[in-house]
Amino acid sequence: MSASANTSRHAWGGDNQRLSFALSGAVAAVMMLVGMMIGPAGPEWWRIPAELLDHVPFVSLHSGMSRADWNLVWQIRAPRVVLAAIVGSMLSVSGASYQGVFRNPLVDPYLLGVAAGAGLGATIVFTLQRATTSTWIIDPLPLAAFIGALSAVLVTYVVGTAFGSVRSGTTLVLAGVAVTSMLTAVQAFVLQRNSDVVRQVYSWILGRLSSATWGDVRLILPYVVVSSTVLLFHRRLLDVMRVGDDEALALGINVRKVRLIVVLAATLGTASVVAVSGLIGFVGIIVPHAVRLVVGASNRVVLPMSMMIGAAFLVAADIPSRVLASPAETPIGVVTAFVGAPFFLLLLRTRDVSR
Amino acid sequence: MTAIGFCNLTVSYNGIDAVVGFNDLLHSGEWLCLIGPNGAGKSSVLRAAAGLVPYTGSVAIDQTEIPSASARWRAQHIAYVPQAPVIPADMPVYEYVLLGRNPYIKYFSSESSHDRDVIDRVLDRLDLTAFSARKLGTLSGGEVQRLVIARALAQEAPVLLLDEPTSALDIGHQQQALELVDGLRREQGLTIISAMHDLTLAGLYADRLVLMHEGHRVAEGTAKQVLKSETLAEFYGVSARVHHESDGTVVVIPQRSSRL
Repeated sequence: MSASANTSRHAWGGDNQRLSFALSGAVAAVMMLVGMMIGPAGPEWWRIPAELLDHVPFVSLHSGMSRADWNLVWQIRAPRVVLAAIVGSMLSVSGASYQGVFRNPLVDPYLLGVAAGAGLGATIVFTLQRATTSTWIIDPLPLAAFIGALSAVLVTYVVGTAFGSVRSGTTLVLAGVAVTSMLTAVQAFVLQRNSDVVRQVYSWILGRLSSATWGDVRLILPYVVVSSTVLLFHRRLLDVMRVGDDEALALGINVRKVRLIVVLAATLGTASVVAVSGLIGFVGIIVPHAVRLVVGASNRVVLPMSMMIGAAFLVAADIPSRVLASPAETPIGVVTAFVGAPFFLLLLRTRDVSR
Repeated sequence: MTAIGFCNLTVSYNGIDAVVGFNDLLHSGEWLCLIGPNGAGKSSVLRAAAGLVPYTGSVAIDQTEIPSASARWRAQHIAYVPQAPVIPADMPVYEYVLLGRNPYIKYFSSESSHDRDVIDRVLDRLDLTAFSARKLGTLSGGEVQRLVIARALAQEAPVLLLDEPTSALDIGHQQQALELVDGLRREQGLTIISAMHDLTLAGLYADRLVLMHEGHRVAEGTAKQVLKSETLAEFYGVSARVHHESDGTVVVIPQRSSRL
């Protein structure tokens, strides 16, 4: 009896799970270090790990890096890498949560109106002209994107739950599609009348990390920490919800409440990162799926792994975006889609073959 | 002792009554089988008891009315096996049975070693221990049915609701599944309410049958009392012979309307 108990316990996870977490954490850390070492200008790449170590308390290493070089690394590259990691991890864990809570492999916060709402908010700010807004105390661009994203999802949720049974979730997704196309139409109308800002809006929509500062990191960190924590705490419940709303309810889960909390947390986190990074597409779909193909669909594993792999993925995607057309920037949204889509297809194919 | 009681249970969907004023009292360890044609309200009674559809009237466990707001309390007392359970193909058996412990696990925590002991016991009892690492997608229909019953057992609820537990199984696995449920009922004193279409099997295993028609109870009693060819003709519109074996088994045999 005790032997059989041990096998079943072992089968459930334990060591394998810890190993996967450690590995993906290491991948994210290495990716961030590589991200700091590569750039169009600045010191030789090998000096950077040494200099970073030198800044660790009680460690003294002489990397021979100049003050100016260090400033470039710490004030330009580091916030960009850290922001990429935060944005990637938030988009991925939100996508994974949405897919779990709706039991639909194709949803992520963008689909419920985050993208369109943030896009409209940003468009309106761009039409106000930077000249007028630059004297304001707070930068209105992230604020408008944030408010736009949250309001769009709110409208989707209210409409979707009023017209249909929220328990199926499908109505909500369809309401998201409707709200998205309406907001996109409004955005097109506004752009049509202010064609001078088309270029700016367009580059915002494709995502940008190039102007990242530590201020951006500080701005979104509280939202991201709160959202990610809430989502991680719900990962066991998301596993129970894999058997469908009815059975989850019969197993003692208040499905409606859990869905509302998860949607709110994922949306809040996504809206906050979108506000500073623009619309970086595809991350919330591709990263959780790639993770599932490797470690299985248990949300207990998928959510934390998606955070780490998402961070690694976006930091990695940011490297070609800096280097490809250097010194000009390639929009990161272009890189994630261009590299991500074929990679994703490849993963799908290998899984289908193994089945 | 009363295990579960229904008082004036009424279920409506968009103003159309599916169940009207259903009353019943089951004593502990009893097996009640709801029979009746499609749409008679059998499943709705079970779904209401499981808290899946809104209802008026009350459902009481051990003479305590179920608080309508607490899905968790309900799940500790009533386990529900749906007609067509959702089977996530790549979920391992162990993890699936573990879902049955959800009513005992606090919102933000994870399972305790007691929960794991319960799972190990259930898997052992249903001969599923060897399967614990297998993915659900690799199991046969009979194994899946046993697994869903295992998850329900893991809930350690005194009342077990089975909605068409055998409709997807061949005759051998139908018998195995019902024998398993009957054995568990005797071992653990479970109270069982099932909805079934196979009248012969229903009569064979249940202590008591309730025949429903358009949301109302129309007949009640032992298989011998309920399964009569004129009753079946009236409510199912079926022409059937009812044959009584010497051991008391009631067999329902459909008849062709005309033969050349």
